[in-house]
Amino acid sequence: MTFELFIFYLFAAVMVFAAARVITARNPVHAAMFLVLTFFTCSAIWLLLEAEFLAITLVLVYVGAVMVLFLFVVMMLDVNVEPLREGFVKYLPVGILVGVIMFIEMVFLITQKYFKAEQFPAPERVSADALSNTESLGRLLYSEYLFQFEIAAIILLVAIVAAIALTMRRRADTKYQSPSSQVEVRKQDRLRVVQMPSEKRSS
Amino acid sequence: MDALILTVWSLVKIVLVLVPLILCVAYLTLAERKVIGSMQVRVGPNRVGFKGLGQPFADVFKLLCKEIIIPTNASRFLFLTAPILSLAPALAAWAVIPFADGWQIADINAGLIYVLAMTSLGVYGVILAGWASNSKYAFLGAMRSAAQIVAYEIAMGFALVGVLMMAGSLNLGDIVRAQSGGFFSWYLFPLFPLAIVYFISGVAETNRAPFDVAEGESEIVAGFHVDYSGFGFALFFLAEYANMIMIAALTAILFLGGWMSPIDGWGDGIHWFLIKTAALLFVFLWLRATFPRYRYDQIMRLGWKVFIPVTIVWIAVIGFAIYFEVGPWFGTVRSGGL
Repeated sequence: MTFELFIFYLFAAVMVFAAARVITARNPVHAAMFLVLTFFTCSAIWLLLEAEFLAITLVLVYVGAVMVLFLFVVMMLDVNVEPLREGFVKYLPVGILVGVIMFIEMVFLITQKYFKAEQFPAPERVSADALSNTESLGRLLYSEYLFQFEIAAIILLVAIVAAIALTMRRRADTKYQSPSSQVEVRKQDRLRVVQMPSEKRSS
Repeated sequence: MDALILTVWSLVKIVLVLVPLILCVAYLTLAERKVIGSMQVRVGPNRVGFKGLGQPFADVFKLLCKEIIIPTNASRFLFLTAPILSLAPALAAWAVIPFADGWQIADINAGLIYVLAMTSLGVYGVILAGWASNSKYAFLGAMRSAAQIVAYEIAMGFALVGVLMMAGSLNLGDIVRAQSGGFFSWYLFPLFPLAIVYFISGVAETNRAPFDVAEGESEIVAGFHVDYSGFGFALFFLAEYANMIMIAALTAILFLGGWMSPIDGWGDGIHWFLIKTAALLFVFLWLRATFPRYRYDQIMRLGWKVFIPVTIVWIAVIGFAIYFEVGPWFGTVRSGGL
């Protein structure tokens, strides 16, 4: 076993363990942290594939931004797990049925001759010094896949607009501060210096 | 055998970077107290050692000797890991910083986004510390910090887009080399708005004054680390100062030409990098002594409504300038590496 293979199995084992803990951990914050660990080890495995741009972007976007917001929400909500577990036994047969069907499908897919690993020879390895995959990805995205890329961007924009439209409710009695008008206030608008002659003490 | 030599050599390089870094952190705390002291016409610490030079060691010794208290009903494991999660990314990001030509631990092609990814991980330490302490003050600090860091990270990322458009590379060494040729080749001038946005976002990202609402003493005691004592507190302190030095070093590399000397032919070297970093660190301390703390909604307004539009407009300006090869700076931008 080469050192690289050893590292791969190490990270893969951690990843499978963390992914299992995401759904078995009782505390939602712990579950979210296990999801972070899953992303992190996944990015390590991508690094082994020499996909450094994707690996770092996974950490940057999912771990650095998405999961932070996720944790933010989970911590605020105070999720009580007990009511969620109530119907466990009742729904267990259905769950097992779905699981078994999915497992059989996967086995069929893997053992089919068209999808076997031999059908897909490993691509020729190009040294990271010769070809930066950031640059290759950029060139592909902005030339060959330009329209797909733009459509994805538009869909995301629509999603943002929809999310804001759904959640933004202005109540009539809410009081707002307007920082921009506060910033523009000058001394002359608020402050008046009154000159007074000094007075003698009366007593 | 080769792998063994590589491992040992990497470890030596890591030690050579981290030991001076931790010494710098120790003396930055002293410098901060001295500088702010002199700005407020005080003396600052001057008892331990010669003119107070032993003060950082006295502080560390005191913190090491203190008891580590774990609050009732705290999530014990996360409470103890949070300081480590805050310190580890702050140190890991130093792996790609070029101190001089070729002087870096790992010369990787995607250095710039690696640094961005590592600095974005530091927020976990803060959030988990706030949550695991089982205290409302700590939790409020953590929530504030999370919202603030996510907001300013976007402006920071956009400012970096400008730099990589100019340099045509994500490699930090190549970015510095693209700024060779003296003072006027530095990206500070063509990217002036982005440099300002980057530095201010960096101050916000490290939770330093005037953006230190995460530990606003007047409202929420000490924010996310209110329940930490002894060495847990020391680790948060270490992470904050290591991040400060990191932001100062990155600003020096991205906008002030890294190890390049300001006048062509004066000899480039690590001393220029250190001088630029030290000057920017002084600005950090200067800001803290000068400005009162921002109110929370003003922080959000500055991040979302001022910085992000400024960076987007300037990216468009750079795009046009590079396309039409305008002016002294944009005429010679190399277009990609292939």
